[in-house]
Amino acid sequence: MRAARSDLPLSLDDVSLIVGATTILDRVNLTIGPGAPTLILGPNGSGKTSLLRLCMGLASPSRGAVSWGGRTDGGPESRAILFQKPVMLRRSAAANVAYGLAQAGCPRGLRARRTEELLDRVGLLALALRPARRLSGGEQQRLALARALARQPEILLLDEPTASLDPAATRFVEEIVRAAAHSGTKIVMASHDLGQVRRLAGEVVFLVRGRVVEHASASDFLDRPSTPQAAAFVRGDLVL
Amino acid sequence: MSETVSAWQLIASGDATLFAIVRLSLAVSLTAVAIAMVVGLPLGAILALTRFPGRSAVVVILNGFMGLPPVVVGLTVYLLLSRSGPLGELGLLFTPTAMVIAQALLVLPIIAALTRQTVEDLWHEYREELTAMGVGPTGQVATLLWDSRFSLVTALLAGFGRAAAEVGTVMIVGGNIDGFTRTMTTAIALETSKGNLPLAMGLGLILIVLILLINATAWGVRAWSEQRAG
Amino acid sequence: MPTRRTFSSLVMLLMLCGGTPALAQDQAIVVASTTSTQDSGLFDHILPVFEAKTGIDVKVVAQGTGQALDTGRRGDADVVFVHAKAQEEKFVEEGFATERFDVMYNDFVLVGPKSDPAGISGTKDIAAALIEIRTREAPFVSRGDKSGTHSAEIRLWKEAGLDIGTAKGQWYREIGQGMGAALNTASAMNAYVLSDRATWLSFRNRGDLGIVVEGDKRLFNQYGIMLVNPEKHPNVKAEAGQLFIEWLISPEGQASIGEYKIGGQQLFFPNAEQERS
Repeated sequence: MRAARSDLPLSLDDVSLIVGATTILDRVNLTIGPGAPTLILGPNGSGKTSLLRLCMGLASPSRGAVSWGGRTDGGPESRAILFQKPVMLRRSAAANVAYGLAQAGCPRGLRARRTEELLDRVGLLALALRPARRLSGGEQQRLALARALARQPEILLLDEPTASLDPAATRFVEEIVRAAAHSGTKIVMASHDLGQVRRLAGEVVFLVRGRVVEHASASDFLDRPSTPQAAAFVRGDLVL
Repeated sequence: MSETVSAWQLIASGDATLFAIVRLSLAVSLTAVAIAMVVGLPLGAILALTRFPGRSAVVVILNGFMGLPPVVVGLTVYLLLSRSGPLGELGLLFTPTAMVIAQALLVLPIIAALTRQTVEDLWHEYREELTAMGVGPTGQVATLLWDSRFSLVTALLAGFGRAAAEVGTVMIVGGNIDGFTRTMTTAIALETSKGNLPLAMGLGLILIVLILLINATAWGVRAWSEQRAG
Repeated sequence: MPTRRTFSSLVMLLMLCGGTPALAQDQAIVVASTTSTQDSGLFDHILPVFEAKTGIDVKVVAQGTGQALDTGRRGDADVVFVHAKAQEEKFVEEGFATERFDVMYNDFVLVGPKSDPAGISGTKDIAAALIEIRTREAPFVSRGDKSGTHSAEIRLWKEAGLDIGTAKGQWYREIGQGMGAALNTASAMNAYVLSDRATWLSFRNRGDLGIVVEGDKRLFNQYGIMLVNPEKHPNVKAEAGQLFIEWLISPEGQASIGEYKIGGQQLFFPNAEQERS
């Protein structure tokens, strides 16, 4: 159920995340507003996952502040996150979605119908009674998406959901994401795939070694990168 | 039970005394496990999810108590329930209820400790996902217990095995009263002391078969439901 | 008391599912007795007669005499039925019972291996036999559990002029268990052991054991019964308990005890004073 108050814009104000001696995120200033999907782009280890966890509220920054619609104490009611390797509860596919619905406060009487709708939306209706852990990797991602969408999130954070999927499965997931974006959900998605940027992105946040190197619209980023690192990344060179 | 009677003849003849003993054994041990389960599952799960000073000590003590000597538990419950003890007014000594209490105490640490371990392992896996879904503490406990259910069956069986097989506590707090608190194990002890070793052995085999049957049933149920729920 | 009700009803529910008849709590008494009366099967013989007559359910907890008296002292039994007169009289003196009644007797026998390493088989003199066992250090199993039989054994050593506390050695094995366990142990290690005749007659795992000494007057074994004093423990079911005692020493109860035989041999000899009541 969508909260009355909006979680947007999502702001990171001079945020650093330091674990032990390692600086994972370094003075990140970022504001994400409503609109087309934001893709967090960057090489492995650049801090994408940590950034998403901060945006979800699963971790607290070592310095700086994260705020949602101007509030720093927002609960996760109107946000959802899809982890790179989502945890499938040891139940049927349908029960996983129903669990998400229950947590989001969906009344018991509506759950069966909503579950069916959501499973249909991700193309898993035929597998509703299959144990979730027996589904293929792509099917698990779609199920996790259905479970995340069950929360009717205002912001949906996705951590490289297609990283280990084949092209067919990737397309399936991207279509679901695109549909969610069309229906008004703000998508914030980590990726290291330029093709995905072309297909989905409205804007790009380019992250290298914990720093936001570039924050631009997708077309600007792809056609006129303003930093050498971004230019190298777009060219397909290795960025370290 | 006359000179020539063997355990197999007792079964074949549908001996009422034998069946009453079997029924009491099962009733006492299953009730004890049920009570220990109702307390032990949430207790183990809460211990798995919470962090507080001295938690390690509690975990070590709980694990250690899995090996509680039945005689000591029996004696403790005896002293508590005795007419001269603090709970004497209840008049529970030498009743099946006393046996249930003693066995529940014996089994509780086993169920709680194994639950704690199982749930804690699963918690490492589920933590982020549940937190992201905004699941509260009660919901976390319930979810983790439910999703550990197949492993927890083993914990319950371990508890049941311990309860059904032990003689120390039920002898002390039950008194081995014929037709009232005599269980399989105390009957075996009695027949042994009568020097009636073949009958004692026969009863022992019946007990083993019963325990195997219950384990096989649990295994079957687990395999079947695992097939369905993964 | 909600706790009691919850637990009890839970257990009762489970048992009722199986069809056990509900037990009338007020019509049941607990008798703390000795292993010899239970293991010999005496109770299986006499209790159905009493229960049919009165409807009172008698629950027997079989323990050593020492433990049975302690159970009575704690108020956990209504009636104590044991065989160690000195300890019983002390029990009355302490006020835990008001009166003690003789019920029956049998005798102790000295049981030993057929090989008879002490060479005492057939003697009628228990004291001489014990001295011989001690001298030859033949293996001897002692109950060591403060039971009636254990008390009798200690008394017999004393009457033989031996202080078993200092005379004992490797040959003297205290096992701290009941009569049956002691006989099993003696059978396994071919040792001598003092047993009441009833348990011996009903014991099945004799191996090489047989009676080596019997018939000495000093082997007399008297059983007595007492109602736990309701003034000490108000929970004692005095009426039902007293009824059981009265019946046991009545001609009918006495006859029932006398009727009990194993292999044609009488195990207990009723000797309650009949002029009373």
